[in-house]
Amino acid sequence: MDFQVPDFSLVLPELFLLGMACLLLLVDVFIDDAHRRVSFRIAQGTLLGTALLTYMQMGGPEQIGFSGTFVRDDMGSVLKIAVLLATATGFLYARDYLRDRNLFRGEYYVLGLFAVLGMMVMVSAGSLLTIYLGLELLSLCLYALVAFDRESGTSAESAMKYFVLGALASGMLLYGISMIYGATGSIDLETIRAAIGERDAGNLVLVFGLVFLVVGVAFKLGAVPFHMWIPDVYQGAPTSVTLFVGSAPKLAAFALAMRLLVDGLENLQADWQQMLIVLSVLSMGLGNLLAIAQTNIKRMLAYSTIANVGFLLLGLLAGTPEGYAAAMFYTITYVIMVCGAFGVVIYLSQAGIEADSLDDFKGLNKRNPWLAVLMLLVMFSTAGIPPLVGFYAKLAVLKAIIDVGLVWLAVAAVVFSIIGAFYYLRIVKLMYFDDPTSDAEIEGSLDTRVVLSANGLAVAVLGILPGWLLGICAAAIG
Amino acid sequence: MSELPLLSLVIWGPILIGLGVLFVGDENPTGARRLALVGSALTFVLSIPLYTAFDASTADMQFQELLPWISTFNVNYHLGIDGFSMPLILLTSFMTVVVVIAGWEVIQTRVSQYMAAFLIMEGLMIGVFAALDAVLFYVFFEGMLIPMFLIIGIWGGPRRVYATIKFFLYTFMGSVFMLVALLYLYSGADSFSILAYHDLPLTLREQTLLFLAFLLGFAVKVPMWPVHTWLPDAHVEAPTGGSVILAAITLKIGGYGFVRFALPITPDASAALDWLVISLSLIAVVYIGLVALVQQDLKKLIAYSSIAHMGFVTLGFFVVFSIQRHTGGLQGAAMGIEGGMVQMISHGFISGALFLCVGVLYDRMHTREIKAYGGVVNTMPIFAAFMVLFAMANAGLPGTSGFIGEFMVILSSFKASFWIAFLAAFTLILGAAYSLWMVKRVVFGEVANEGVAKLEDINRREFAMLGVLAIVVVLFGVWPDPLVSVMHTSVDNLVQHISVSKL
Repeated sequence: MDFQVPDFSLVLPELFLLGMACLLLLVDVFIDDAHRRVSFRIAQGTLLGTALLTYMQMGGPEQIGFSGTFVRDDMGSVLKIAVLLATATGFLYARDYLRDRNLFRGEYYVLGLFAVLGMMVMVSAGSLLTIYLGLELLSLCLYALVAFDRESGTSAESAMKYFVLGALASGMLLYGISMIYGATGSIDLETIRAAIGERDAGNLVLVFGLVFLVVGVAFKLGAVPFHMWIPDVYQGAPTSVTLFVGSAPKLAAFALAMRLLVDGLENLQADWQQMLIVLSVLSMGLGNLLAIAQTNIKRMLAYSTIANVGFLLLGLLAGTPEGYAAAMFYTITYVIMVCGAFGVVIYLSQAGIEADSLDDFKGLNKRNPWLAVLMLLVMFSTAGIPPLVGFYAKLAVLKAIIDVGLVWLAVAAVVFSIIGAFYYLRIVKLMYFDDPTSDAEIEGSLDTRVVLSANGLAVAVLGILPGWLLGICAAAIG
Repeated sequence: MSELPLLSLVIWGPILIGLGVLFVGDENPTGARRLALVGSALTFVLSIPLYTAFDASTADMQFQELLPWISTFNVNYHLGIDGFSMPLILLTSFMTVVVVIAGWEVIQTRVSQYMAAFLIMEGLMIGVFAALDAVLFYVFFEGMLIPMFLIIGIWGGPRRVYATIKFFLYTFMGSVFMLVALLYLYSGADSFSILAYHDLPLTLREQTLLFLAFLLGFAVKVPMWPVHTWLPDAHVEAPTGGSVILAAITLKIGGYGFVRFALPITPDASAALDWLVISLSLIAVVYIGLVALVQQDLKKLIAYSSIAHMGFVTLGFFVVFSIQRHTGGLQGAAMGIEGGMVQMISHGFISGALFLCVGVLYDRMHTREIKAYGGVVNTMPIFAAFMVLFAMANAGLPGTSGFIGEFMVILSSFKASFWIAFLAAFTLILGAAYSLWMVKRVVFGEVANEGVAKLEDINRREFAMLGVLAIVVVLFGVWPDPLVSVMHTSVDNLVQHISVSKL
């Protein structure tokens, strides 16, 4: 192989992020706790700067660099911008929460930025190696973040659980990669695609490798039966970390699925469609049913995530560009809703109090009507009630699978969404119909309030004018 | 009239004013009430040109507005009305004014949220009637659940949480299957236009499944036996205004759904399965009528009577096919559908008025038990006169609007089958029995207890709202022509459309 100087402009956002993360690591050593705000600002500036650089790269045809290991396309750019903005929002919501709990340290942001870097690498991966690299960078940072509250036993426990299961999933993925390599002789996704195109779709080694890859993807997404880590990690981690784990990495996991299954193994679609149908139905069923039984909001939202992953998979398994665009739209809007929901939970958690029980939402309409409205919008949206954005996400994926003739699956999906509506309604019921158990003042800083309001209203505005984001997703998939 | 986007105005006007009312806040209840009244009155005034400028000689959609909305899915912001939807829109904008007045003094907690919820609800309901795009329709149809869920849950009675969650989940269950049906139609028509669905050829198997999905969605809303159980709960627990809107308008959305979706999109399946709908309707008329007879709670009684009356509506809509089979022609078929429509409008006024009457009593006595009343006429003579009038109208007394629809439906079902007409005519007996017996126990007789003895007659506000409704009920009873003539062409067109097989 000739050595060519790679085109570094392709990875400019990633390089910027890497440089700034290292810089933050250095700067943070030299500032004391009183000036920790500086670290926060550097982190936020980095995220927004990277988003800007990514935006400037957008448009134009697909570019491939670094000997095929790195791909820059519009789907990647849109997902990266979503990852960066979701992370920045999460950092903002987390600031006061962390400060109150004595967790406001520079490492939080360094780990966060490296996790984002991992996600960006994953999103732009052009070969199985880059995928694995990005995934591991992301996962290692997340393990550390989940355990960030050193004094908390549950935090450490859930981190341990996450680590062990995560390592297992990575192993599975790697095993699958090795089999694909064995069958096709390449780790480059383009080459693999071409190689499989010539072969019989029922090739046993390939299908075997595919199974392991699907397991890895399902673990990262949190689809049943590879969901066990989700409830424990969501509940055990500090709420700010739960927000982070639950939002941006979902986008990266979607990209992972797109790169592996669609870019690399599209010719095995008949095989992975069957697997995804099973995963999807199980996730929607189990997630929605178990969410009803929860009394902890973080755990409830964890099961709701599982159920939503089931919906997201519907779009993917349709196997059409419309389906992929629908799944992408679903993921992005879901991340907006997750940010809003956990944002409210974090906002309610005052110094010394964790508002993670469902009862903490009782009578919120009387304590803080505006916060209640925001949560109402997010809950109805997640339940899929129009005119909120969650409805269009469900509409898009249902339309995609009905178009390919899987009407029974659509019927199953809507049945599960009826079951799901119940626990979202219960939150609204607690906020609006019950009397408050405490009348403690709910305080928060102005910037958090503004962004949280924008977050909640985005759910409504995108619901009335969903065409814009749907158009972006459709164009990005191409 | 083409300059002003009237339909958009009557949809978005109340929604925006409702949001404005929300921002007035609960600290200023008088301001919230006034703004809400102005908003609803303005909407009603704006909706009047829809009637006066309506061209009754054509079945085409009028006042159309068409803008691209979600281009990726080919979804359009497409509004328009015909003879079916126009009267229902006027009913909606009229009843909302009444409801705002009804809640004027009664609602003392979170006034601005209450008024805002009703105004937003109004906009969404008008949107349902005016939408000509399936996604737009569904958005309004489902969006309506949110304000109603809050209205029952916040201002309702002791079992409000149970009632409102039941209401929400029931309706949601029905409508999601409809959503699947609409998406399926999209894959055939490549458009979400309802009018395009009307002309889409479908096999009988497809039609049957689609029809069942529509039936599930709209039967819950109507509600038809056996998916009616949410209605008595919701009615009993809802505040007066909520009951009025539920009975007067949201139930009609179910009936409207049949004439806009089920009948024209799946005519062959409707013809094949008309026995199912007719049986369910007759069960509603006879069995639910009997159930109404034994109710102890005033609101429950009216709720069950609503189900029985709505059974008449669905009967009128589906008796068409039977007539066609029986007589080989379409004469009389239009009368069934027209009767159903008249029945819907009339029931909107009458049931609304009856719930308001119960509200008047409840505000004074804080009980809805029939046993707690007796001899109300002695202390509230004016109120008693209204209540008797509305109860008579509910029983279908000639000279009130309740008579017209029932008469037309019974007349047309005679053409289909004697036995259908025979069972349907039961409603006249049963309706009279439960309405009049209720009146006898509540209004007439000796003063039953001290509470009744202390009652004060209705004030000017209550007189105004009941008076207007009384005028409307009598007016349409003696002179139904303004109502029937606007829908005539649309009904004929629908009958023509469904008599042609799509197979």
